[in-house]
Amino acid sequence: MKYLDEFQDPELARRLLDEIRATVTRPWALMEVCGGQTHSIIRHGIDQLLPEQVELIHGPGCPVCVTPLEVIDKALEIASRPEVIFCSFGDMLRVPGTGRDLFQVRGEGGDVRVVYSPLDALRIAQRHPEREVVFFGIGFETTAPPNAMTVHQARKLGIRNFSLLVSHVRVPPAIEAIMRSPSCRVQAFLAAGHVCTVMGVGEYPELAERHRVPIVVTGFEPLDILEGVRRTVTQLERGEHTVDNAYPRAVRAEGNPAALAMLEDVFEVTDRSWRGIGVIPGSGWRLSRRYRDYDAELRFAVDGIRTEEPAECRSGEVLQGLLKPHACEMFGTRCTPRTPLGATMVSSEGACAAYYLYRRLQTTPAPREASPVA
Amino acid sequence: MCLAVPGRVLDIGERDGTRVATVDFGGVVKEVCLEYLPDLKVGEYAIVHVGFALQRLDEESARHTLELFAELGMLQEEFGDPWEAAAGTGGAHGGEEAHR
Ligand code: SF4
Repeated sequence: MKYLDEFQDPELARRLLDEIRATVTRPWALMEVCGGQTHSIIRHGIDQLLPEQVELIHGPGCPVCVTPLEVIDKALEIASRPEVIFCSFGDMLRVPGTGRDLFQVRGEGGDVRVVYSPLDALRIAQRHPEREVVFFGIGFETTAPPNAMTVHQARKLGIRNFSLLVSHVRVPPAIEAIMRSPSCRVQAFLAAGHVCTVMGVGEYPELAERHRVPIVVTGFEPLDILEGVRRTVTQLERGEHTVDNAYPRAVRAEGNPAALAMLEDVFEVTDRSWRGIGVIPGSGWRLSRRYRDYDAELRFAVDGIRTEEPAECRSGEVLQGLLKPHACEMFGTRCTPRTPLGATMVSSEGACAAYYLYRRLQTTPAPREASPVA
Repeated sequence: MCLAVPGRVLDIGERDGTRVATVDFGGVVKEVCLEYLPDLKVGEYAIVHVGFALQRLDEESARHTLELFAELGMLQEEFGDPWEAAAGTGGAHGGEEAHR
């Protein structure tokens, strides 16, 4: 119980856990599809506080992790060009492509810059009309609207030296793919709260009905997760499979209409490859025809780059909940956050890194650098 | 990167024809685009993701979340120097864009 004291409201946490314990009568497997939730679950030991019958499977909820190697290689190629200023969120710096990462490209003289917001990249383009500014547009439905608005602004302001390397992904098709997999063990989903802040819950009832799985919109703070699990387990025990919103303070049923309208204008749905999983139909966005001029893949002619994923990394199985990170032979030996073999070890939202940072501490006294974020 | 952080609107202005706000995230102040939440007002709280306000939040839960993030070092992760974090050493790298 040592973790419980670290909760913001230990009394409420205890009540929620008691209620879950009183409700559960048989084993259930729940999947969370949000890297923030995975991080939170492992950091706070929520999976260990829950009754044994409740298993949490860590799904493909980290956008950094699911970005295919091929896209990273395209980014590295573009970032290496002398005329380019390549802008990215900080967590892409250490994601390994074939042989190197953005951090190294910068060391070799590439102009790689970290921005807090895509709009910062657009401002760099305004300040440097003589350079080509490219923003690395990855992320789920939460991040797509900011990137869409940035491209929209570029067009409105007539900024021509800006483009977007797009690798956006959508959660519902991933849920569909997971449920269709013959090795699927998932019986319910904790849906990602902030994805639903933008999208609302409209995409989920049909999925819940067709696959007969409860889908509970859940936040990523520890108490939010416990509440999401409580509602999910209650549904499972009653044999129900509805969409429930356990995160109403941030999620309205209709989502954010202005953001949805912008997504509709700037992007169109396309098939996307997910690292470790493969192509999922309709699981991503690309720039719509009206905005195709702003597509960095076309502008820099890197759309021909093809890369195979390395066989030794088993992140595909990790992402589908078929393998726990520490069960991978490379875990903590050849694969660490400093020498990541797969993207699930790179981002602190990736399941492998989360286990490395927090779970190892329970068995071995960790060296200081093993927990830079603690 | 997926983090959406609650912040309080300090003032509202305009940049390049769009509504923007100055937002305080438990001490760190950033410019935030309001195009997706145009009726947000000074003093209100919102969930902000990569420089965009996405949804209103009541004050109590916003404060509660900010406290938790600060305690866990997550604000540092979101607004700190990413080059330093990526280098895993500290100090040597610039990252001026991220500091603005
Ligand atoms: S521990 Fe490393 S090699 Fe193993 S699955 Fe995770 S990222 Fe891949």
